Amino acid sequence: MAGTAPLTAHAVPAAREVARPANAFAACRALLRRDFTLAWRRRGELFLPLLYAVIVAALFPFALGPDPQLLGRIAGGVLLVIVVLAMLPALESMFRTDLDDGTLEQWLLAPQPLALLALTRVIAHWLTTVLPLIVVMPLLGALLDLRVDVLPVLMLALLLATPLLVLLGAVLSALAAGARRSGILLALMLLPLAVPVVIFAAGAIAAAQSGMPYLAPLTWLAAALVLAIVLAPLACAAALRIAVES
Amino acid sequence: MDSTAPGWDNTGLHAMIPPTATAAPLLSAHRLAFLRNDEPVFGPLDFSLGPGETVLVEGDNGSGKTTLLRVLAGTLPTASGDVRFDGRPASRDSRNGRVLWLGHRSGMNAALSPRENLAFLAGLYGVRAGMTAARAMARVGIDAWLDEPLGTLSAGQKKRVGLARLLLLPGAIWLLDEPYANLDRHGIELVNQLIAEHCATGGAALVTSHGAVQFADRAARRIHLDN
Repeated sequence: MAGTAPLTAHAVPAAREVARPANAFAACRALLRRDFTLAWRRRGELFLPLLYAVIVAALFPFALGPDPQLLGRIAGGVLLVIVVLAMLPALESMFRTDLDDGTLEQWLLAPQPLALLALTRVIAHWLTTVLPLIVVMPLLGALLDLRVDVLPVLMLALLLATPLLVLLGAVLSALAAGARRSGILLALMLLPLAVPVVIFAAGAIAAAQSGMPYLAPLTWLAAALVLAIVLAPLACAAALRIAVES
Repeated sequence: MDSTAPGWDNTGLHAMIPPTATAAPLLSAHRLAFLRNDEPVFGPLDFSLGPGETVLVEGDNGSGKTTLLRVLAGTLPTASGDVRFDGRPASRDSRNGRVLWLGHRSGMNAALSPRENLAFLAGLYGVRAGMTAARAMARVGIDAWLDEPLGTLSAGQKKRVGLARLLLLPGAIWLLDEPYANLDRHGIELVNQLIAEHCATGGAALVTSHGAVQFADRAARRIHLDN
């Protein structure tokens, strides 16, 4: 086969015949499947944030005393902060292994929009590391005497606030991916961005607890989330390019 | 190399490229140079790569072979000069997934098996006609390890999985950075065979080597990089 090279070299460009051309939908599906497989392989690691949240929520009543009124009043805010803190460590490694093993170079060379891949990674990350935290919220709420009618508002606030935080975290994680031991750096950079998110989410919970309308802060969160879904992947893609180029 | 002579051609390509290929070579570089901390790493270089061609990039350690390939792949910015794909300035659109990169790092996740890694990359790039992950792995002789985690494979086996990736994905321009590293005698032969087959079907390859391995095609054009 190789012997005929000089004659056939310019005749048939068979190397460019493609059986299954790349398309963005297939790429997103392949990335989701890959990330879910990896998450399943490392399910022990994924269990840690969950364990952390349960332990902290279980310790609060012991530290503050079993006063149902006090616990019920602070439960919403405490659970919100627990979730934010529990999801923080995983943000750092969002792109780390992919940068180290050269996968990001393959992302850059692939005929796919990098921002779309970044958004898909954010979705996979949220589904695997953050969604379990929201799922156990009813249990943690019970531990802290959270009022039953406040629980749906808390869940809704978390469903809006945590994707927003993961999107912001993804941009910072991509920016810090090139730096060694970027965990502290990431936490410091995320803090000012996380404060407004926490304020709006806590505002909705506080309003629900005092029987006031809680829709306005939730709508603000939703608006910010929509904005972040559009802008954060673009920023993330730019940061990933810088990380690969350095 | 003589960087002062205008229009210096490192490869003598005018004599070797048939007229059909000069119209729009797959890849061409014009006075391409790269600076690191204002020190020239290589260049300026002029060369082009048409369908069916292999170009060997030679040079000692630190002479900028990998840097040259990374600039061509677009994972490093171009300092001066320009790179063109099919006559169009290099960009994501003009590369469009046709550049396949094989470097020192596998580009694959160690916790996933070759099958899972290749399935993911096939989703990103598409698949070459008539090729599957299993067939590509069989071609490079490691189909027995298709479902083992990549991290448990030896360096040479990982390199072979990287070669299977080249076979599976449809890119026409192979940028191979030290493809012979970690491979045994049969592996080196395999790389030479794969490059020859790829070029015979209209592909092209740019291969770096520090010169320790006998490159199969002695007539291949060479770019020599000096420190």
